[in-house]
Amino acid sequence: MCRTALPKNNRFETLEFFSTMAAFVPVAFFLVLFGQILVDGISGLSWDFLTQNPLDAGRQGGIASIVLSTAYILGICLIITIPFGLMLAIYLTLNENNTNGSLLFLRRSIMVLAGMPSIVVGLFGNAFFSISLGLGFSILSGGLTLACMVLPFFILVSEQALRSVPKHYYINAYALGLNQSSTLFKIALPLAIPGIGAALILSIGRALAETAALIFTAGYVTRTPESVLDSGRALSVHIFDLAMNVPGGNQNAFSTALVLIIFLILLSIATRFLGKSLVNRVGVV
Amino acid sequence: MTHGFDLEALGRARSHLSLRNENICIEARDLQLFYGDKQALHNINMRIPEKRVSAFIGPSGCGKSTLLRCFNRMNDLVETCRIEGQIEINGTNINNKALDVAELRQKVGMVFQKPNPFPKSIYENVAYGLRLQGVKSRRILDEVVEKSLRGAALWDEVKDRLHDSALGLSGGQQQRLVIARAIAIEPEVLLLDEPASALDPISTLKIEELINDLKSKYTIVIVTHNMQQAARVSDYTAFMYMGELIEFGDTDSLFTNPKKKQTEDYITGRYG
Repeated sequence: MCRTALPKNNRFETLEFFSTMAAFVPVAFFLVLFGQILVDGISGLSWDFLTQNPLDAGRQGGIASIVLSTAYILGICLIITIPFGLMLAIYLTLNENNTNGSLLFLRRSIMVLAGMPSIVVGLFGNAFFSISLGLGFSILSGGLTLACMVLPFFILVSEQALRSVPKHYYINAYALGLNQSSTLFKIALPLAIPGIGAALILSIGRALAETAALIFTAGYVTRTPESVLDSGRALSVHIFDLAMNVPGGNQNAFSTALVLIIFLILLSIATRFLGKSLVNRVGVV
Repeated sequence: MTHGFDLEALGRARSHLSLRNENICIEARDLQLFYGDKQALHNINMRIPEKRVSAFIGPSGCGKSTLLRCFNRMNDLVETCRIEGQIEINGTNINNKALDVAELRQKVGMVFQKPNPFPKSIYENVAYGLRLQGVKSRRILDEVVEKSLRGAALWDEVKDRLHDSALGLSGGQQQRLVIARAIAIEPEVLLLDEPASALDPISTLKIEELINDLKSKYTIVIVTHNMQQAARVSDYTAFMYMGELIEFGDTDSLFTNPKKKQTEDYITGRYG
């Protein structure tokens, strides 16, 4: 169409060629990875697989207790992450232009923490929650460690969402006689909800994918946890253990990985759907 | 008249107003305003009459918007801003540190250049201020929404789609919606900061008609860079230049018989 109208530019065409090639890489990577897991995992997938507990170190049986432990760990992680994360994101937004030393230090700390290798967080969780606080290998210390890992990320993304609310809404709200806190809670927060929702779902994705931080804190027993002080094995840890430590565990490792990946894909679809519907809702209500 | 402005050509009837006969709503005394080291307003003394339209005119950067924003303390949002002197609105010194700014802003409503409804329905935009004051009764809200939209000359255009998004309205309708939102909380004063400069001529005309209707109830202060507009809508006009109030008087006299040379030069288009 308009290509003919443009003068021939070889450099541009070379660039275009390479960027198109580059675009294939993630697509191919995803297809190979997902295809492999799908092909190898689908045969083991059944209703029984989801509802039975693992047997014979996970070679036989299902993943019911693993899913339950994962849900507990994730639940604890979110109970800590959401309120603390939102409070900090709001605090940072309110002090957006403040260059006071301690605030700068806070921002810097959060950024460094957000990029912390998970194995380091895991070892910290083991030393602090499991040993110092005496929580041992438990779902509680796993969930708390996971919260340490996800929290900085959640704060950064939520703060971004809050900051991207156009300033004129604040000005108009102030001019209508709203004070700072009602402006924030009644105007800015609803507008930022799609962004905060995205932050939440990305955080859940991160938490579900986490292995290193959980091995040393939540433990890896496969039985059904009776309380949050029991050990419990997360899905990602289960995959790791079956693949690395259990000869003959590959089939179930693939099936578990498939369950986890399907869940993550559903989450990412949900993010888009939720984001859109929330935008519509906030836009119209 | 050799100098000045042909007001009759703008369709303006002579009004024979005089500041001496008016009730005063806003009074500024020795007002100085600084942004950091830079002084933006110099020694402003003025008395703005109640239930009249007062226009601020002057070239860009003369301080007219800054002065307007003093009246509802929007300058508080600018960190480096410092204000000296007094402003009284209906007898209350609003520069008092102990004053509840939110309460002041409910009494002194403001409309900005760019129409900015909240991304909510038309109904919710108007009802917003009341909801925040804790009004829950559907009957009262319905009543106020209708009254305010009628007051802003928008009711007939939106009455069948009150629950549609306000963002679907045209620019001129959005601006009238924002005015409806401002009058829903029954302010005493309405500050309009170039309310029509982002609008097309027909919408501008509607806003000007609306201003004329609203002045029976509210004290209106309008900032405009459009002299014809000032001449059309205002009862009193203030000419500002370089942060100083050069002249303030009834619009007829200011445009046809300015007292100061600078005013005359400006309204005859010699600068600005």
